[in-house]
Amino acid sequence: MSLSYLLRRLGGAIPLLLGISVILFAIIHLAPGGPLDMYLENPSVSPEAIEQMRTAYGLDQPVPVQYFLWLKSMLAGDWGYSIRTGKPVLSEILNRLGPTLQLSGLALGFAFIVAMPLGVISATRRGSKLDTGLTLFSFAGISTPVFWMALLFQLLFSVQLGWLPSAGYQSVGDGSLVDRLRHLVMPATVLSFAIIASWSRYIRSGMVDVLNQDYIRTAYAKGRTEIGVVVLHALRNAMIPAVTVIAVDFATIISGAVITETVFAWPGIGRLFMEAMDGRDYPILMGLMMLGSFGIVLANVIADVTYAALDPRIRYG
Amino acid sequence: MTDLLTVSGLVTEFTTEDGPLRAVKGVDLTVRSGETVALVGESGSGKSVTSLSVMRLLPKKAGRIAAGEILFRGRDGTTRDLAKLNENEMRRIRGNEISMIFQEPMTSLNPTQKVGAQIAEAARLHQHLSASAAKARAIEMLDLVEIPDPAKRADVYPHQMSGGMRQRVMIAMALACNPALLIADEPTTALDVTVQLQILELMRRLQREIGMGVLFITHNLGVVAEVADRVAVMYGGRIVETATTAELFDHPSHPYTRGLMDSLPKVDHAARARGEATPLRAIPGSVVDPRFPPRGCDFNPRCGFAVDECRAAVPDMATVTEAHLTRCIRWEALNG
Repeated sequence: MSLSYLLRRLGGAIPLLLGISVILFAIIHLAPGGPLDMYLENPSVSPEAIEQMRTAYGLDQPVPVQYFLWLKSMLAGDWGYSIRTGKPVLSEILNRLGPTLQLSGLALGFAFIVAMPLGVISATRRGSKLDTGLTLFSFAGISTPVFWMALLFQLLFSVQLGWLPSAGYQSVGDGSLVDRLRHLVMPATVLSFAIIASWSRYIRSGMVDVLNQDYIRTAYAKGRTEIGVVVLHALRNAMIPAVTVIAVDFATIISGAVITETVFAWPGIGRLFMEAMDGRDYPILMGLMMLGSFGIVLANVIADVTYAALDPRIRYG
Repeated sequence: MTDLLTVSGLVTEFTTEDGPLRAVKGVDLTVRSGETVALVGESGSGKSVTSLSVMRLLPKKAGRIAAGEILFRGRDGTTRDLAKLNENEMRRIRGNEISMIFQEPMTSLNPTQKVGAQIAEAARLHQHLSASAAKARAIEMLDLVEIPDPAKRADVYPHQMSGGMRQRVMIAMALACNPALLIADEPTTALDVTVQLQILELMRRLQREIGMGVLFITHNLGVVAEVADRVAVMYGGRIVETATTAELFDHPSHPYTRGLMDSLPKVDHAARARGEATPLRAIPGSVVDPRFPPRGCDFNPRCGFAVDECRAAVPDMATVTEAHLTRCIRWEALNG
């Protein structure tokens, strides 16, 4: 694989991102209300003042004109300013990136470490009680809404047992590592649950498929133990189909775990998105969604690169 | 020649949704060192299950050896019953003292590992070779199976090789620890005819050099004539005839064996000259459904020589000559 291949792949994403930006821009403006609605019921803001703001933000222009204005400044590297706070979009996003990376990094890392052995054990013991149990757990994990599981966790660990703080990034007047970790544990666990449930299914099915292959029998015929066969011959082949799902999940979750962050009042990208949605903060919304889209495109390229690393039959020119 | 492998009374069963299913119903078989024994039969005759029973590689849970002995004389000269060894003891024999080659060279190699590493694997596992010594062994093995430029080919992945080359790699892999017994399960079936012959010649040469016993499983009588010293013909989970290869081809003494030989396509040149086609003589009927075996001799529903007695009980092996046994009560009528 060459650098030029990677550049070509990323270059090919430009028309895609342009198309996405048109659709997103249109959908956002189709939603009722606008960023200035919050002033409508405020008696201290006069209608004239609102009209003045509308002109200042360019919101009086037709939507296509607004889009091209947005695109023009975006291409010049100017992400615009939040209508709600007046701060630059980029710095608003960067401020929230740290907490989101901590949360999603921990959740994804934990999920990967747990999902892999669960999937493998399920596949090697398929049909057993353990497999049935893990399958049940997976379906429960996939079907349980995250906000509900988050509430259950808060009820149990904060209200009943009092072990962990129910929400927030850190306690007021305390910013120690331990305090922040105590805040991080619960949202990270809740977030990782659904990911573990889905990833372990993908790894299980990949593994079941591979364990039926002739070369697995060859490995047994050489005198390998079951663990040796699984680790040395099956795992790498079984991971190949799971790679896409894992890579795209990475991108989705790093670009903001909206529900988890909202329920746990976690000051990350996901909550910024929620706040921007509520306030119809167009520049922030567009910035976040374009970043998210780029993340997904990047994740797909990373998935393809990982395929080639795992499977020598795949080569890109 | 010493007896290397002596299978007696082997019964192998599978658990199915309809209850237990007997795939092998009392097989007796001997392989001596330096000798090639062909196990011949159609799909479903139980020949592959017999070989997987010897390797103890039956599908976990579903398959089990229900009765019988599999005596194997190891390198150290002691004889052990493979049917009774635990998994750990069996593991030390697999790939080391007994190796196996499979039918499908295209799918029997791990697609994500270099062939050199796959060949060296058994040697690393059983002889605890270092990485560099194992690599050297792999190259040596590739050279042994006549793959040109072995040092370079060791670093190649299976998909970069042809089917014939991959089967050579499989052979190199199986022989990496100098096994006493090689089980070859239809090793040439998936290959082109010209490549088949090359592989058979290679196997014959290697057997002479290494002196191992070979259990060669096939459905192809042409291949049998090419490689085997002795032949055992299987039908419906039992051995129905066993003899030296020459004897079997000269005096087939079981109606099934005879049917197999008659069904080989022949060209009648005189008929061809007259513009007539030579009919293909197939055995009527179909193979035994193991769920509903016939009463008496397994072959009686398809047999032109069957009499009432054939439907009464499964016949015992009858002696044709000293080394030639047949499971047919009418073998004299057959030859008369």
